[in-house]
Amino acid sequence: MNSFLTRYSSTAPEADIRKAKELYGEDEDFSEVMWGSTGGFGNLASGVPMFKLPSVQDPASFLRMHTDDHADPSCRIKIKHGTTTLAFRFQGGVIVAVDSRATAGSYVASGTVKKVIEINPYLLGTMAGGAADCQYWETYLGIQCRLHELRNRERISVAAASKYLSNLVYSYKGMGLSMGTMICGWDKTGPAIFYVDSDGTRLKGDLFSVGSGSTFAYGVLDQGYRWDLTDEEAQELGRRSIYAAGHRDAFSGNTVNLYHVKQDGWKFIGNYDVSELHYNGPGDVPGAPGGGYGYDIRVAGRTSANPPEGEGQA
Amino acid sequence: MDISFALVGKGYVIVASDTTAARSIVKMKVDEDKIKVLSPHLLMAYSGEPGDTVQFAEYIERNIRLYTIRNTHALRPPSAASWIRRTLADSLRSRRPYAVNLLIGGYDTSTHTPHLYWVDYLGTMSEVPFGAHGYGAYFGLSLLDRYHDPEAPLEEGLATLRRCLDEVAKRLVVTPEKYKVKVVDKDGVREVEI
Repeated sequence: MNSFLTRYSSTAPEADIRKAKELYGEDEDFSEVMWGSTGGFGNLASGVPMFKLPSVQDPASFLRMHTDDHADPSCRIKIKHGTTTLAFRFQGGVIVAVDSRATAGSYVASGTVKKVIEINPYLLGTMAGGAADCQYWETYLGIQCRLHELRNRERISVAAASKYLSNLVYSYKGMGLSMGTMICGWDKTGPAIFYVDSDGTRLKGDLFSVGSGSTFAYGVLDQGYRWDLTDEEAQELGRRSIYAAGHRDAFSGNTVNLYHVKQDGWKFIGNYDVSELHYNGPGDVPGAPGGGYGYDIRVAGRTSANPPEGEGQA
Repeated sequence: MDISFALVGKGYVIVASDTTAARSIVKMKVDEDKIKVLSPHLLMAYSGEPGDTVQFAEYIERNIRLYTIRNTHALRPPSAASWIRRTLADSLRSRRPYAVNLLIGGYDTSTHTPHLYWVDYLGTMSEVPFGAHGYGAYFGLSLLDRYHDPEAPLEEGLATLRRCLDEVAKRLVVTPEKYKVKVVDKDGVREVEI
């Protein structure tokens, strides 16, 4: 990382750039990388773009101070959290299912978020934590995966792609990145899922769920999971598990997005409204039992009372 | 933190609670019974602030017993639950409230109906087909939404409870090792092994 010291010095090359910028009246930030080089950029005041940083001593703690809604619920910037995502490996490939709700604090910011990021035809990434962080870095990962393909005449493995991401986020550790993602795909080793988060954790596994609603999803997922699930059963399990989280977790819901990764790449299975699933079920979909997923709908007309034979309902 | 589950089935209520008594990070006891038998057809699982829990449960136990002696009949589950909730709600408005969460399960012998009430320390009460307190709720409720059957025979009800406990054992970082499980039905209260 760049030393922040140079930003405030008056002698470093940076300072010259800053002066140049004042001259040109531009307010964009540039790194010192372009110093002494015209590498295709032509003039001094344009160059490699850099992120805008708050002009304070320690931008990371500054950011944390204004975004940590755990420590301070009245913080000014509420980062979009709250999600349920899941992915599992089974006999027929990988199922990826996510909800579509974005919340900022207690405000439902959007109900139509795409939380599955299509990195390339063989790789999917899921989005939990900071929406911007996931979207930006997973798109960036997509670029790097394409470059890997061009350089090596070979598709990148899921393991390598996920490791690229985990190394990347690890280099930003402590600076406020917030992401919990699953990199899913099919490579020459077969189907694979890696869990990567902004702490730098990277785990290979068969079954993961991430986000505020993950415990609810796990409850249904774990109990219905088997390796030899059929494609239809597996899709139904993914859909039913996200519904469970959408129903029980206030920060998840709206709709379910379902993907299935097979040998020939991923396929989008469908988008399902959680309320619609609750009352009417997923409709005429293979694997679905028919009828709504909702508890009251499922047990309508059933009663626990047990009056003795010959006696009417009490 | 304590974990408790309860669910209703065909003519019965199952109430389950873990048996650990912990203080800070230390297990002080591993066979503590946290389900009180309030009357021949009434069970109450309690959890929450250490100290408050037993004090409150015993206070409730004695007063329900007093009612039974005075009237030669036990309170029916809906009335008992209402009274318990009211007691908790009144306590909430006192100088030092009881911080106790409850699951009250009972069998109404006059209507042949099992009842389960979920009550929290704020005095919220709700009659439910299944309920949970503690971290178990995060894993168990979605599972019960999926698998609970109000007409399930006892064996099936216990199997569903087993699913909940297995899921907690599988996913929760600190898992209680033992649970006490009690059933109330038309024949009264009994303990079952799980």
